Formats: sequence, structure tokens, C-alpha cells
Amino acid sequence: MDSGIIVQFFQQIINGISLGSIYALIALGYTMVYGIMRLINFAHGDIYMLGAYVGFFVTTQLQMGFFPALICAMVVIGITGVLIEKLVYKPLRSSSKISILITAIGMSLFIEYTTMYFLTPQPRTFPPVLPNTIFHLGDIIVSFQQLVILGSTVVLMLLLWYIVQYTKMGKAMRAVSYDTDAALLMGINVDHVISFTFALGSALAGAAGVLVGIYYNTIDPLMGIMPGLKAFIAAVLGGIGIIPGAMMGGLILGVVEALVSGFISSTFRDAAAFGILIVILLIKPTGLLGKNETEKV
Amino acid sequence: MQIIKSLRKYDLALIAASVVIFAVLEVLIDMRLISSFWRLQIILIGINIILAASLNLINGITGQFSLGHAGFMAVGAYVSAIMSMWYDLPFGMALLIGGLAACLIGVLIGIPTLRLDGDYLAIATLGMGEIIRICILNIQAVGGASGLTGIPRNTTFAWVFWIMIITLFFLKNMINSTYGRSCISVRENAIAAAAMGINTTFAKVLAFAIGAFFAGLAGGLFSHYFSIAHPSSFTFLNSYNYLTMVVLGGLGSMTGSITGAALITFITAALADYPEVRMIIYALCLILLMLFRPQGLFGSQEGSLLLRRLINRRKEAGTHGKTLGNQ
Amino acid sequence: MKHLKKILFASAAAVLAASALTGCGGSGGSSSGSDGDTIKIGTDLEMTGNQAAYGADAMRGAQLAVDEINKAGGVLGKKLELVSLDNKSEPSEAASAAQKLVDEGVVAVVAPNMSSNALAAVPILNGAKIPSISPGGTNPKITVDEKTGKVIPYSYRACFIDPYQGKVMASFVADKLQKKRVAILIDNSSDYAKGLAKFFTDAFTAKGGTIVGTEAYLQKDTDFNATLTKIKDLNPDFIYVPGYYQEVGLIVKQARAMGIDVPFGGGDGWDSPTLAEIAGADALNGTYYSNHYAIQEDNKTVMDFVNAYKAANNEEPGVFGALTYDTIKLLAQVIKDAGSADPQKIADGLASLKTFSGVTGDMSFTDTHDAKKAAFILTYKDGKPVFADKISAD
Repeated sequence: MDSGIIVQFFQQIINGISLGSIYALIALGYTMVYGIMRLINFAHGDIYMLGAYVGFFVTTQLQMGFFPALICAMVVIGITGVLIEKLVYKPLRSSSKISILITAIGMSLFIEYTTMYFLTPQPRTFPPVLPNTIFHLGDIIVSFQQLVILGSTVVLMLLLWYIVQYTKMGKAMRAVSYDTDAALLMGINVDHVISFTFALGSALAGAAGVLVGIYYNTIDPLMGIMPGLKAFIAAVLGGIGIIPGAMMGGLILGVVEALVSGFISSTFRDAAAFGILIVILLIKPTGLLGKNETEKV
Repeated sequence: MQIIKSLRKYDLALIAASVVIFAVLEVLIDMRLISSFWRLQIILIGINIILAASLNLINGITGQFSLGHAGFMAVGAYVSAIMSMWYDLPFGMALLIGGLAACLIGVLIGIPTLRLDGDYLAIATLGMGEIIRICILNIQAVGGASGLTGIPRNTTFAWVFWIMIITLFFLKNMINSTYGRSCISVRENAIAAAAMGINTTFAKVLAFAIGAFFAGLAGGLFSHYFSIAHPSSFTFLNSYNYLTMVVLGGLGSMTGSITGAALITFITAALADYPEVRMIIYALCLILLMLFRPQGLFGSQEGSLLLRRLINRRKEAGTHGKTLGNQ
Repeated sequence: MKHLKKILFASAAAVLAASALTGCGGSGGSSSGSDGDTIKIGTDLEMTGNQAAYGADAMRGAQLAVDEINKAGGVLGKKLELVSLDNKSEPSEAASAAQKLVDEGVVAVVAPNMSSNALAAVPILNGAKIPSISPGGTNPKITVDEKTGKVIPYSYRACFIDPYQGKVMASFVADKLQKKRVAILIDNSSDYAKGLAKFFTDAFTAKGGTIVGTEAYLQKDTDFNATLTKIKDLNPDFIYVPGYYQEVGLIVKQARAMGIDVPFGGGDGWDSPTLAEIAGADALNGTYYSNHYAIQEDNKTVMDFVNAYKAANNEEPGVFGALTYDTIKLLAQVIKDAGSADPQKIADGLASLKTFSGVTGDMSFTDTHDAKKAAFILTYKDGKPVFADKISAD
């Protein structure tokens, strides 16, 4: 029985990592947008939902495979993200935090219920675009889809890391995130940078949507609410605005949820996630990888 | 002295006005001149005003960004229901205990989380609200996911109306007291307030506790009206809704909260005839409101400002009654 | 620019005010539903919120029934008119919608499908003496007052209640499948699932079987690997999942992927074509569920319904669609037999209903206003549910 528990433990870790890599992908977008605009984009989870729907239509209507679906979703959702930013968030950039937050909530509800209106609340099912192969590592089971999810997440994160650290645009993003006004004075086109950030973050959420669609093969208009919140927790956990932090936060959150479901009860899983959030906020509000800063007058 | 006198008169006038409003509505309801659906909406408006006004104390007056109001409401709803179902307490008593329980939870949650601020506090309170809800969902003794049913239908229009009036008067006086002023100073600049010798943590926790207490009362009224308390009535989406009411009216303005609560409840009810699009319209209204009037209908001013100025001018008091949260 | 903003704001406000006013006007005239050329039937369903997928199915079933009846000339020479309100999958909204339906002067109401919502709506409808039928609300308290133990006179349901369905499945698993060790995975956010699980447990242990473990999940969960890993360790020979198809599909799929190949079983919440799409045809081999009807049976009523539903909506019906369709047809039959669309006459008609034959079988009402009808056990073959067993109502 002892070995059973150990096997179960490792199996739960594997389950947690595949769940966590999805959180991580969504969290990457969250963390970038927050890092630059100080905006909790509550609509981010719904952008992820839209990504899943784009992937669904590409695979079912256009009969395309995994990679075209992923790319299409990323492009379409990236553009959608920019449109939302330009139309809704940009006019509010100088407003108070609370009104931006309410707008984000309004945007989130708007996306959810417009989707529900046009595409019905009925869940849709993805066609099997990836083989359902299963690998046995001793008693532990890993599926091909889990590997694809983890692989895609890591590749996308590395790509993002490269863009942020080694390109001119990435440098501009970091500058805006550090001090918007100073960046503006240095001749950085802040509007442009913010739009680019939104495009990037939304594209990642779109990719997450497609991956989730393929992995769980069911999508519905309200699917983004919980993952959106969880991804925010993941972003805070890793340190908001920090790219490896989002990845780490996502994976930790996924593993903790899997362990709570496996060894306590899955009904306390969400409570555990929020509990982690509160604990980290109390102990180290800047997140695991964040640096401490003291507020001055 | 003049100010105090005019304020008292003003209070008396408000009390008289509420008696008149109550009498008119009660007569309309008794004579069945208002259809039953709108009678229900009037009660909901009353409950929502309590919620919005108490949230305004936390968010608007003290400037602490809370998204967990539905959680406090849930505590009040369940505890008061248990009090009247299992212990056969009189309704007023049950409500009070529900409110106190919510207040206690508010303090317990407030002490650790109020070290945070801004977005972090918002997310932490949202998380706390969800944790409360998930705990309720897992307690089989109070029905778990099925909800608590068979709660006596004690809530009447009179109960809601007078509790609402008491809430509003309490909050109004509290805001004008030393405690209220320290809350406002925390909102304006917490660090400066602390430097001036104000115990900011105490002010925050106080606002949280009082806000939670009234949310608990509202929760009790809610569960005793619908005779069911169900976790799905207390999700974070509901907290958003109360926040929207406060922001629609104008953060920091009690008149605004009243108007906001009434307006949102009214709009939701009026859109009931268009079930397919009502959430879309609601969402669009939120976005448009924030785009075109982000400070809300009243800003942080009180609607009574004009009225009070009028009174003062006639008395030739020289100084105006101070308004709340003047920026 | 500033003016433009003001104009926009003013026009938005005007639109709101106008919509609010029309809302007011509509509620003012509480004309009785049987006046004029139409008979108004209200629906108080989950059109938005968490359970919107089931509400949409129910709504389509109701609309289809009304269209068919009206095409055939209506009832008593009048057309049926649906007054559809949304309860946002929330009890207080369900109560509010019920109140509005009363004001609109409907003669009968299709009560919410989710028990908690139905529990909030029924007292209001009963108080207004408007008969209501919940197509799928399985909680006994919907029709029987919890405190007094008396039947609520105006409240009915069109489905069998949990004790019956749980018992049916338990005897099927114990006697026909000869299974001894069952693990149960409950949808903890649904009292329907909890009810089924409880009565299944009672009946199954009474037959000498063992429940090796009970696990739980919540609606809208998508990852069950953790819980399933735990269940796999318990080594059951049957897994009972009394939930709804959205989660069940994922559970079965993920279970098969991790090598759990014992049979699964559930209740009528499984009944949806979406289940096979989510889980995949192979994964569903060796799964059984209890239901109100079987599509594959050579039954013309069922096939006509399925085809009409598909033609109208381009999708196959689920269990709520079928039950709600029957609810409307049942109301129409009662109105016709009573010769009047007066709410009291409809209530009397329901109380004295001898038999009604619908898509979900021949039914009548028990003393506690529950539907009494045969239960079917279906099993999946190549992604299609096929008839496995029929258990008549006792």
C-alpha cells in the first residue's frame, strides 16, 4: 500500500504539472499586462475562452490540424486583445483604479454573454487533433497531450522571455513597466508598447485556450472565469510582472490543486488556491521571485 | 452651534421624509397598487441599498478595495437563518446575531488582509469571499450545495425599510464622527494619516467590521425573504454587482450608493423581459458608464449638499455644513 | 468632443430609461392569461449563469412543444404563448422571475430544473395558486412541504425522484452486472447528484455490496485526474457518477486515459449527445445510465421528437429538452381535458390526471406529485446509447 501512495503522489504531480502549465500560459499574459498597466484584466480569462472557440472553428470548420489552429487562435486573439485595449482600456488609462477594474468586469461579462448569445451556452467538443497515446513510466501514466501542453508552454515562455529580454520592443516594455512617464520622456511610444503587450498577452491566452480545448476537449462560454482567477493567483504567487514567476506560480498552483484534490478533497481545491494567494500576500506580497519595495509618501 | 442645530434639523427632516416615504410605499403595497413583482423589487432595492451603503464605507470612505462583500452577506444569511430555524429566536434577534457573526468574520479577515492595499487587497478579499462560500458549500449541516431551505419568511417591507434607514443614519453619523474622519484620512493618504497619529489599521478594521455587520444584516433579510440561502447567491459576481452599485452612484457618496443600488436593481428588473440580452446590456452599461462618467453619478459629493446649502443660507449661518469627502 | 460625450451619455441614459419604462408598463396590466387569443404559459429557466447549457436545452424543448401545438391549431382554439424568463441559475432570481410570471398572468409555469431554484420559485407560485411543473427538479421538497410534511397543492414534477432512480441503478449493478465493489464520484454542487448517490448507496449496501469510496467534484471542474488517481487506487469494479454530462464526459475520458477500464454508471444527467463527443465513443463502451426514455427504442413518439428537435435546432436533445417538451405537452393535454385554461382548473386536472404519454414514457402522478413512469437502463455502444433494460414503475 505504501508504494501505492508514492505512485499516487507522483501521478498527482504529473497531473498538477499539466494543469499548472495551462495556468502558467494564462498567467504570463496577466503578468505582462499588470506589469505595464497596473490593470487586473478580469477579461483575460474570457479572452482565453475566445481563443478556445477560434481553435474550435479552425479545427472543425476549416478542418485544420493542431499547429494551424494554435497559430490562427494566437493571431486572431492577439488582434482581439489589441482592439479591446484600444476601444475600452485606452480611454481610461488616466482614470482611477476602481473604474478601470469595473470596466474590466464589464468587459468580461460582455464577452461571456455575447459569446453565449451567438454561440449558445451549449458546450462544444473539440475533434481529436492530437493522438491519444499514453506512456507508462512504471506505474505512472503520462499522455502525449500532457507532454504537448507542457512543451508548448515552455516554448512559448522561452519565446516571450526572448522578446522581453533581447528585442528592442522588449526593452521598451521593461522601460514602460519601470516608469511610464520616464519612458515617455525617453521617446518611447507608450501607446504602441501597451498595445503590443496586450497583443502578446492575449495571443498566449488564445494558445492556452486551444491547448485546453484539445486536452479536455470541451469548451463553453463561461469556461474562462475560474482559470482567469487562478491565473491571476499564479501571477501574484510568482511575483507580478515577472515572466519566470508566472510560469513557476502556475506550476506550483497546479501541483497544489492536484495534491489537495488527491489527498484531501477536490471540493476544497479552489479554497486551497485562494488560501495560497492570501498566505503569499501576507508573507511576501511581491511574490516568490519579487523584490521587496517599501512605499514612500 | 449653528451648524449643529442645522444638522439636527436636517436629521429631523430626513426622519420625517423617511416616515412619509414609508407610509406612501406601504399604502401602495397594501392596496396592491404595485404589482407583486415590483413589490419584490422594492424589497430587493432596500436590501441592496444596505449592501451598497455598507460597502461604500469600506470602498468609498476608507478607500479599501474590497471585493468580498457577498461573503459577509452569506455569513449573515446563514447564521441568522440557523438562529431562527434551530433556536427559534425572534427575527430581530436572529438578524442581529447574523450581523454580529459577519462582523466577527470581517474582523478576523480584516486584521491580516488590511496590511495589503489596492489591487492586492481586492484580490485577497475576493479570495476570502470565495473561501467562505466554498466552506458553506462543504458544510452538510447547512445544506451544502443544496442550500438551506425552509427558512421562515419573516422579512417584510417594514423590516427592510427601517433597517435600511437605521443603516443609513448610522453610517452617516459614523462618517461625521472622529472615527469616520480618520477613515477618510486613511483614504486620502494612509501614510500621512499615520504620521498625524491616526491608527490607520484600527480605522481600516473598524470600517471593515461595520461594513461586514450591515452586509450580514442584509444577508439575514435576504435569506428570510426568499426562504432559501444558497451558495450561488453569494458568488464573487454578486460582490462585483454591489461594487458596481457603489461606483455607479459615486465612491464616497452615500446618496450615490442609494441611487446606485436603486438604479441597478431597477435596471436588472426592467430587463427581465429580455432574458437573452439582459446581461449584454448590463455589461455595456457598465463599460459606457466608466468611459463617460467614471466618477459615478454623484462623484464623491452628497446629493444633500444643495439642500443643506439652501437651509444654511436661509439661516444665514455664514458657514456651510461640511460635506463629506470633499476633494 | 466634450459635447459628443455628453450626447452619448444622455442617449445611453435615455435608452435605459425607456427600456425601464417599458418594463414597468408591461407589469402594470396584469391581464389574465386566458384572455384574448392566447394562453400564456410561463417558463422560469436557467438561461444564463452556470447551468445555462441545461436551461438552453430545456428552453428549446419548450419552444418545440409550443410550436407543434400551435401548428396543430392550439388548445381550445387558442394559441399557446410562452412567457420566458431567466433565473440566472440563482434561487433569488428564480423567485423574482416567478413573481413576474404571476404578474404577467400566466396560467401555469414550467418551474426551474435545478432543485434549489425550483425550491425558491415554488412557494411564490403556490401562494398565487398557479400550478407549476418542474421538468427535472428531483428534490422531494419541491412538492412536499418540509415542515408540515404535506404535499404542496400546486407543485408537480415531470420526472421520477432520486430514491427511485438510485434504487433502479443499484439493483441493475448488483443483480444484472454482478458487481460488488463500487466507488462513487459525486457532483457536490448538485443536490440531484447527492440524492442519487445517497439512495444508490442505501440500496446497493442493502443488496450486500460495498461502497469502497466516495469522492466529490464541483460543476465546471475540468481536471479530474487527481480524484481519479485516488479512485484507481481503491480498485473498484464499478464507478457510479451521478452527475451531468459535461463533467461526466471528462471523467470517463480521463479515467480511460489513465487505464481505469471498469464500467461506469450514472443517472439521467448523462443523457446528451454531447457526452459521446466529450468522452469519445471508445471510452463510453461499458457505461450504463438510468433514464426516462431510450432513443433507440422503436418508439414513434420518441423518434418524432428527436427528429423535430434536430430539425429545429441542429442539435440533438438532452434530457431536459425531452422533459420540458413533455411538460408543455402535458399542460396542453390537461387544459384541453379541463376545457378551460383557468389556473385552478389546470391544477384540478393535474391532480386527477390518469395518464399522459409523452416522449419520456407513459406517466401519471403519485400522491406526492412526482411522475410515476418506467425507468430505462441504457448502455453505450459505439458512442450511441442503446437499450439495456427497462424497469417498470412499481
